[in-house]
Amino acid sequence: MERNITLIALFAALIAALGLVPSFMLASGVPISAQSMGVMLAGTILGARRGALAVLLVLFLVALGLPLLAGGRAGLGVFAGPTMGFLVGWPVAAFVTGWLAGRWRDGTPVVMPAIAAFIGGVIVLYAFGIGGFAIIADKTLLQSAAVMGVYVPGDIVKAVLTGFITEGVLRARPGLARG
Amino acid sequence: MLSLTSDIRTPWHRVPAGAKLLTLLAATALAFWLRTPGQAGVFLAAVWALYLPGGGRFLRQGLRLMKPVLPFVVIILGWHWFTGALAAGVVIVARIVALVSLANLVTMTTRLQDMLDRVDAALALLRLPARWRRRLALSVALVIRFTPVLVQKGAALGQAWRARSTRRPGWRLVLPFALVALDDAERVAEALRARSGGL
Repeated sequence: MERNITLIALFAALIAALGLVPSFMLASGVPISAQSMGVMLAGTILGARRGALAVLLVLFLVALGLPLLAGGRAGLGVFAGPTMGFLVGWPVAAFVTGWLAGRWRDGTPVVMPAIAAFIGGVIVLYAFGIGGFAIIADKTLLQSAAVMGVYVPGDIVKAVLTGFITEGVLRARPGLARG
Repeated sequence: MLSLTSDIRTPWHRVPAGAKLLTLLAATALAFWLRTPGQAGVFLAAVWALYLPGGGRFLRQGLRLMKPVLPFVVIILGWHWFTGALAAGVVIVARIVALVSLANLVTMTTRLQDMLDRVDAALALLRLPARWRRRLALSVALVIRFTPVLVQKGAALGQAWRARSTRRPGWRLVLPFALVALDDAERVAEALRARSGGL
């Protein structure tokens, strides 16, 4: 039990830290924040349940007012803002990513966790993000998708990187894959 | 340490956290009934008037917290102007800005410990086992303690990279960063097992 709690808490701290360190540049010169990649990694590395709990813990502390989101954002205000759907979708995205990555653990390394991260961290997450924006901004789902679509390419890149990083972590710490 | 609670004292700091959270809930429900720019404007003005007892510096702190919402304000207003429905756009933007401002006001005037006490009281009301509540409290403490530690270790990894390469540190740093966090988690778990006698 102690190990589960510390893994969940330290991964939550890692997700927070990834939002606080400066964003990194892609080869194209486009800066991307590593925080949403942290959500994908929570699923692929910790598994569905622990990954979702780590993300929920981050959101719980953000709601209480700790500035743990990228750019130091925090407070109840972020859950009333236009991107609240993404935040609500984070734990679900981590869960789906972890569930798929767990089922495909024996599949092709790098590729399977990347696909899991794409399905959970892009398709599922954007369903929530677009839905949330549609509610808050009183738009149709199509109109919301048009606004949010600009972020998709960066998140696809993060899903691919998640595949590489997951493979590296599980090779370095094989005990994690066994739970 | 990390917290958005403002050090500028306002009358709202003395209002119990539970009362502020209930007011926020009621205001959120009310905001979705606003239909005209006039109604939405009055609602927004009323919310911003709540910042005034804190003085100019408090107001500026509140405005700074609104920066991430600004791009969406521009997009939504631009969209509605383009489609010829500017009045509807103004209502939507005023509603978003007012609700985010009000929620930020609650965060800025409520200490973290008071928020945690409210959560604990709510969990007790739900009759969640004390064991679960202890685990939540420990998890919260671990995140608060280890986030600055990990930020520091991340910075050290970045410096080590720069000492060896002329290129900017990129995504490759995330792998050792994750390993640092996972190894810390294993060590803390061992220490807890040795001292706590089970959670």
